[in-house]
Order: sequence, then structure tokens, then C-alpha cells
Amino acid sequence: MKDASPAKPYALHLGVIALLFGLSFVLPEYHHGLLARIMVLAVFAMGYNLLFGYVGLLSLGHAMFFSAGLYGAGLAVIHLGWSVPAAFAAGLACGALLALVIGLLALRTSGVAFMIVTMMFAQVFYLVILYFAAWTGGDQGMVVPQPMRVLVLGSTSLDLTNPTVRYMSALALFSIVLLISLAIVRSGYGRVLVAIRENEERTKMLGYDTFSNKLAAVVISGSICAASGAAYALLFGYVGSSFASVQYSILPLLWVLLGGAATTLGPLIGTLFMYYVIDVASGYTSAYLLIVGIALILLVLFFPRGILGSIRQRWLGWLP
Amino acid sequence: MHFGPHLLLAALEGLVTSAVLALTALGLSLVFGVMRVVNVAHGEFFMLGAVLAWAISTAISGHPALGFLAALVLAPLIVGLIALVAERLVLRRLNYNPEATIVATIGMLYIIQQLALTFYGPEARPVEPPFSYRILLPWFGYSGYKLSIIAASALLLVATWLVLTRTKIGLVMRATQYDSETAQAFGIPVTRLYAGVFALGAMLAAVAAVLIVPISQAHYLMGQDPLLLSFIVVIIGGLGSLRGTVVAAVLIGLSDGIISVFFSPTLAKIIATLLVAMVLVFRPQGLFGTTSR
Repeated sequence: MKDASPAKPYALHLGVIALLFGLSFVLPEYHHGLLARIMVLAVFAMGYNLLFGYVGLLSLGHAMFFSAGLYGAGLAVIHLGWSVPAAFAAGLACGALLALVIGLLALRTSGVAFMIVTMMFAQVFYLVILYFAAWTGGDQGMVVPQPMRVLVLGSTSLDLTNPTVRYMSALALFSIVLLISLAIVRSGYGRVLVAIRENEERTKMLGYDTFSNKLAAVVISGSICAASGAAYALLFGYVGSSFASVQYSILPLLWVLLGGAATTLGPLIGTLFMYYVIDVASGYTSAYLLIVGIALILLVLFFPRGILGSIRQRWLGWLP
Repeated sequence: MHFGPHLLLAALEGLVTSAVLALTALGLSLVFGVMRVVNVAHGEFFMLGAVLAWAISTAISGHPALGFLAALVLAPLIVGLIALVAERLVLRRLNYNPEATIVATIGMLYIIQQLALTFYGPEARPVEPPFSYRILLPWFGYSGYKLSIIAASALLLVATWLVLTRTKIGLVMRATQYDSETAQAFGIPVTRLYAGVFALGAMLAAVAAVLIVPISQAHYLMGQDPLLLSFIVVIIGGLGSLRGTVVAAVLIGLSDGIISVFFSPTLAKIIATLLVAMVLVFRPQGLFGTTSR
């Protein structure tokens, strides 16, 4: 990875972004809408991957960061009447703050305890949303009113409910986060994270402060997930407690495992693949959880590196 | 009703919860203690026990006690068998790696839950209690069956404790828990033991479910709460400690019964979950546990 010229990975990532841009003009309406949703959720998966793939911290509670962004943005619009950029910033700030607090607490543990602690904090977050049903809408959720979902930039105003605007906004967020994560992974900081994953004690011995490096990773990961949640609320107009449930902590894990942990493009591929598998399968059966379950087991049993992880191992060693 | 009898009623209800919880949590604790596997699908084995109890007791006509007894014997055996298959097919192939097994048991959770929904349906169905004798206390009548749950659970817990501390198989289990590699070096068939322990853990959950189903109905989502509560009990009692598990189950069951009389159940759950998370962060060996190796 170190010897590869930086041009190749950047060209690949820009190519993927260009491809997604081009697809906007050729895809039929249904898939167009689906892909916009997948790109937003892939951002969620990328945030998860930063912590799980690169630092090796398996969290079972990332739904709380996603829904912190979702509710932070959604409630700011619904109750306070904030504009779209302000609401997005509010969602991002909520997620970053929550991630800081959770990171400070949960990083005192490791391994299995870390998984259980994050799951429990996420459960508390979920129950809090249900408890304050008067403001959050409880398990019914709330719809972000359409007239509020307009992005005003100077003299032009963009209606986020318009499919093309929505697709392009999702693509913009996706591209920014993809390039940020590529930059993080290729930076010295990214190397330290991988070193922590491979051998924390040795990294500590080499003089790195592993706790603050891990804490920073939790905050960055939580903020990316919150950005995805905030974008979801603003672009698709629905804020609901099901996004905070355990299932939404498991899904990013599944997407990342499928696409390939510790690969920058893996989250997109995993999300895309799983979303379409469930979409196709739901045409035949309502039992889509069965497919999620079987996919999880088959992945850990036979395919622990995921799609891109296997490709990188076999053919393309330079893949970031 | 006055405060005293009211509290007594809450305490009795709490003890019934504790009895079932202790059995379920003991299963989780054994599996974690001996195999170092966090079984997220544990609640689904509980649910399977209840659903099978319904199926068996409706298939058998005649006196309700007959169907119930058949369920009490057959349902745990079937659940144990399913657990055995799952262990052989999945967990063993993963070499009991703690993180991979969590992901795999999450997969099992979804599969079992979805299959129950498909074949059993979304309805909650009752199972008739084997007897409906009411014990008359000076202030209120109380279901004799509920008291028999407490007795049955206490009996099973004592039996498990005797097996663990007084028999050869218990010694083998404790040796493996202490150091599985050395145990293997001394000729203990560790993987066979693991399979047995995993099945036993699932069976304990299933027995608990069969006991509770006459008073709480079988439903395909009923495994969620026992799973969370079992986690709480096992963590507070100290991972892998039997005595701590039982003490914590009584503590949690009683306080759950009493708190939910006075507070909103959601708030009670929030506080309990948060407290347990804090215990895990600041005292990972549990409140009663000694430091783990």
C-alpha cells in the first residue's frame, strides 16, 4: 500500500463518483430513488467502517449516532423551524457530542465488553426517544414538513423533495465523506489506527497515545454516521424511532462485512448489494430478516473479508 | 389494599420474575463462562421453548396438566437439539472466536425469529396452566401455579449447582472454564463439552419459558426482554459466576417488580440499562464477581 502511487486510488474513487453522477441521468425513476437512499446509508456504513474496519472496534450501538443526527436535524426543523443548513449542523453536532461522551465511557472497556456496552447505550438512547414521545413522536415517528425541506443558497432555492436535487445532494454528501475517509486512511493518523487494530500494546510502547487516538476515531465515526442521519431526515423527510433500534446497529455491520471491512469502497458495495438483495427478495417473501440472518452467518463463516477485501487479497493489493 | 399487602404482592410477582430470570440468565452465564461465547440468540431459545410448549400442549388432548408436562419435557429437548445443531454447524467452525460468534448469533437470532413468525404467526397464544389452585392469603388470593414456578426454579438451580460442584462433569466444566487449553491437554474432549454446554444453556432458557408461558402467553418477539434482562443479571452478578447470577436475578426481579409498581416501565428500563452499562464500564468484574483471569 505504501509503495503505490497516490494517483491510482484517487483516480478510482473519482471514477466511482463520476459513475454515480452519470447514473443519475440514465437510471429509471425507481432505481434512481433507491440509489439516493443507498448513498446516504452508505455514508452511515463508511462511518461504521472507520471504527470497525480500521481501528478494529466492533460497536453494536451505532444506531444511536445515526439517530442522533436524524433527530438532531429533524427536531430542529420541526420544533424550532431551523433552515436546512442549520438543522444539518445541529444533527452533526449532536452526533459528535454524543460520540465524545460515549467514547469517553465505552473506551474504558475492550473486546466483548465494548460490544455490550455500546449496545446498552444505544438501547438507552432508543428508550429515551420512546419515553419523550411528546417531542419525538415515539414509535410512530414524525414527518418533516415538505415546505421546510428547501435549501436556500443565496438567490436560488433548491427543493430537497425534488428527485434530482435529492440524488445530487446525496451524491455530494457521499463524495465528500468518501474523499475524507480516503484521506484519513492514507494519512499518518490512519496508519496509527491500523497499528492499534493490529497490536495495541506495541503501538502504546512505540509512544502513541492509543486512548486519544481511539477517542478521535469514535468521534469522527459518530459524526459521519450523524451526518448520514441528518441527511436522511432532511432528504427523505421521516424521523422515526425504528432507526434507533438494535436492527440499525446491526445493519451497518452487515453492510461493512459484506463489502469488505477496512476498504474505503466496501461500505458502498455492501450497502448496494444488500439493499438490492432485500429489495428483490421482498418481491417473493416478507421474511427479509431471514436473509439478513443467513447472510450474517455465511459471511462470518466463509467470507470474513467481504467482497472488496477478497479482491484486494487476490488481485489488487493497492486498493485502499 | 393497604401498603403492606400491596408490597407483598409486588414482591411475590417479583420473585416469580426472578425465578424465571435466574434460569434464563444461568444458561447465558454458563455458555459465556465455559465457552467465552456471548450468545445473542439466547432470548430466541427462550421464545422457541414457549412456542413449542404451546404447540405440544395443544396437540395433546385431555387434562391440561398432561399437555403441560409433555411440554416441560419435550420442548427443552427439542430446543437443546436445535442449539446442538447450531453449535456444530456454526460456532465450532468459527473456533469460538468471541467477536465472530457474536455476529453469528445475531444471525441466528434473526433466522429463528423470522421462522417463528412465518410458522407460528404474529399472534400471542396462551397455554393452560397445569392446575388452577388459588392460595388464599389473609389479604388476597394468589395463584398456586406462580408459587410452584418459584419452587421448580429453585429446585433446578440447586440441581445445577450440585452438578457443577459435586460431579465429575461439573469438575470438567469448571476446569475448562478455568483454562481450556490445559483442560484439553489433560484429555478433556473440549469441543464435545462445548456442544453440551451450549445445548444445556439453551435448554435452561427453554425450561424457564415453558414455566412462564401459562401466565404470560407465547409470542414470537417474547425473547427480547429476557435477553436484555439476562445480560443485566449476568453482568451484575459477574460473568460466569453461578452464585452471583442467582443473587443478581433475585435483586433485579424483585426491584423490577417493585419499581414498575411505582414508576413507568420505560423509565425503569432506561435507568436499569444505564446503571448496568455503568457497572460494565467502571466495574467490569460485576458487583459480586471476583476479578476475572
